[in-house]
Amino acid sequence: MSTVLKSSTEEAAAGSPTNASRPKRGLGQRLSRLNIPGGLGGWIWLAIIILPIYYVVITSLKTQAGYFGQNPLAVPTSPTLENYQLVLEKDFATYFMNSAIVTLGSVIPTVLISFMASFAIVRGSGRFLKLVNGMFLMGLAIPLQATIIPIYLMIIRLNLYDSLLALMLPSIAFAIPLTVLILSNFIRDVPNELFESMRLDGCSEWQTMWRLALPLTRPAIVTVAIYNGLHVWNGFLLPLVLTQSPGLRVLPLGLWTFQGEFSVNIPAVLASVMLSTLPILVLYVIGRRQLLAGLTAGFSK
Amino acid sequence: MSNAVSTAPRAAARRSESRDAGQRKAALAWLTLPALFFFVVFAVIPLAGVLILSFTSWDGIGAIGAAGMDNWFSVFADPVLYNALGLTFLIMIVSWLVQTPISLLLGVFTAGSQRYRAALAVLYFLPLLLSSAAVAIAFKALLDPNFGLATGLGLPFLAQDWLGVPHLALGLVIFVIAWQFVPFHTLIYQGGVRQIPKSLYEAAQIDGAGTVKQFFHITLPQLKYTIITSSTLMVVGSLTYFDLIFVLTGGGPGNSTRILALDMYLRGFRANLMGPASVIAVILVIIGLALALFLQRLGGKDKQGSQLEGL
Repeated sequence: MSTVLKSSTEEAAAGSPTNASRPKRGLGQRLSRLNIPGGLGGWIWLAIIILPIYYVVITSLKTQAGYFGQNPLAVPTSPTLENYQLVLEKDFATYFMNSAIVTLGSVIPTVLISFMASFAIVRGSGRFLKLVNGMFLMGLAIPLQATIIPIYLMIIRLNLYDSLLALMLPSIAFAIPLTVLILSNFIRDVPNELFESMRLDGCSEWQTMWRLALPLTRPAIVTVAIYNGLHVWNGFLLPLVLTQSPGLRVLPLGLWTFQGEFSVNIPAVLASVMLSTLPILVLYVIGRRQLLAGLTAGFSK
Repeated sequence: MSNAVSTAPRAAARRSESRDAGQRKAALAWLTLPALFFFVVFAVIPLAGVLILSFTSWDGIGAIGAAGMDNWFSVFADPVLYNALGLTFLIMIVSWLVQTPISLLLGVFTAGSQRYRAALAVLYFLPLLLSSAAVAIAFKALLDPNFGLATGLGLPFLAQDWLGVPHLALGLVIFVIAWQFVPFHTLIYQGGVRQIPKSLYEAAQIDGAGTVKQFFHITLPQLKYTIITSSTLMVVGSLTYFDLIFVLTGGGPGNSTRILALDMYLRGFRANLMGPASVIAVILVIIGLALALFLQRLGGKDKQGSQLEGL
């Protein structure tokens, strides 16, 4: 009995540093614990994920001659950055700036107004708020891309066609339902005692929202900002439909047109794929823990 | 004792609060107005707009004219619609069948604590960062029969005309969708698994249940709502795999990968037939709503509210 209990407490401690004591148990026991099919599947999936990425990275560093002459999966014998140079000369900076403006210009308003709405939905009451909440929840189930034609019409009528603002306005609207949902879930977790003590200190709801709810909801704010940021940064349909000028292209669209122009120069096309992903990749490397923890918490609460 | 003392003023505050609490709480409603404005103007009105536009004729530039039921009749008489409908459901179902087991198992696997799993997971989630356009372009290069993966791996059976043969293109689309979206759903499942109380596994272990038994009797039932959340996002999301398919195949060869969303775009913005395209959009909305409601039902009617919260 005592051994059973002991093993169960050890199991509970999984993930903590006491794990180190595990290898003292029998080899057979350890092997049975290794979850061989799981590990094998994990490695196979890793290969499926990594191979295309590896291919893109190495090919983008090859010369045309290297691309045609070498084994496609071999590391380039004389790696070159000239493809990157070519792409950078092709207005990449403009596309990058456009993407950055549209992303920041969508994400900041989205998070701000969704946070206010979430606070009201959690802390407030009344039929109006119920209705608003219900509407946002419905928004989750509707493929909002289906509204692109009326949006196109509206943007033309508002004289906003072929402007970056035209991309931001619908992006904000499309992001609201999920953002409100995640943020209100987090605000709901703030203990009522805290709200009450703010009240006793004479704070208005407005002050409570910014001084109490906002700091406590910060992890969720980060989550939704990242999630929406990725979506807008990688968005394709809205820029395709709502803009026209080459000077207003965002990265995914620039990538697509570039592919058309340079379809014979695959290393250059893949260098542009790399360049469009690099900013996000850098952010991922810096903020990986935050990003994954945030996304996990945001979607599994 | 100290407890009673400290709650006394709170109780008093609560009493005085209750008088105007309702009013005060309803007054918070104005905080939703900015979000409401954007959502109504750029989502709700367009939603109504798309229904109205489905009864009009418009080439995207000129005047909008009334068309009555013409668009509806013409779209439903068009075999392209049934092809697109069939493809949409086919891709949706096969994608679900492919992605759900993989993401579920990977989620369970990466939720474990060994360090090597954490290292694997760093790489697993890379596709989350890539845009659909980038993914599609990368796979096009990768599939080149002479300079792509087939030659690189020395696997001649990979050297096919993937984008030129209808059923190959369709299979490829499903594969690339899985490549791009499995990581996201893995993340959802990983989070779900981590929230399962450890005590359940301890109890099972005391009862002598093995790993497989634990998976089917604890993990799977406990993940019920995670599965529904993930499936809802996956199924509703599959109506909008537009970007990827548009760049990868453009709907071809022929119409073999022309799903509804793509059909809508091609009719509206390529053929300049906004009316018929709006009909397709209305169909998309109806399917999306029906699927979401159906999936919520699966979660149990009484659980509907909390399920949506769990998304």
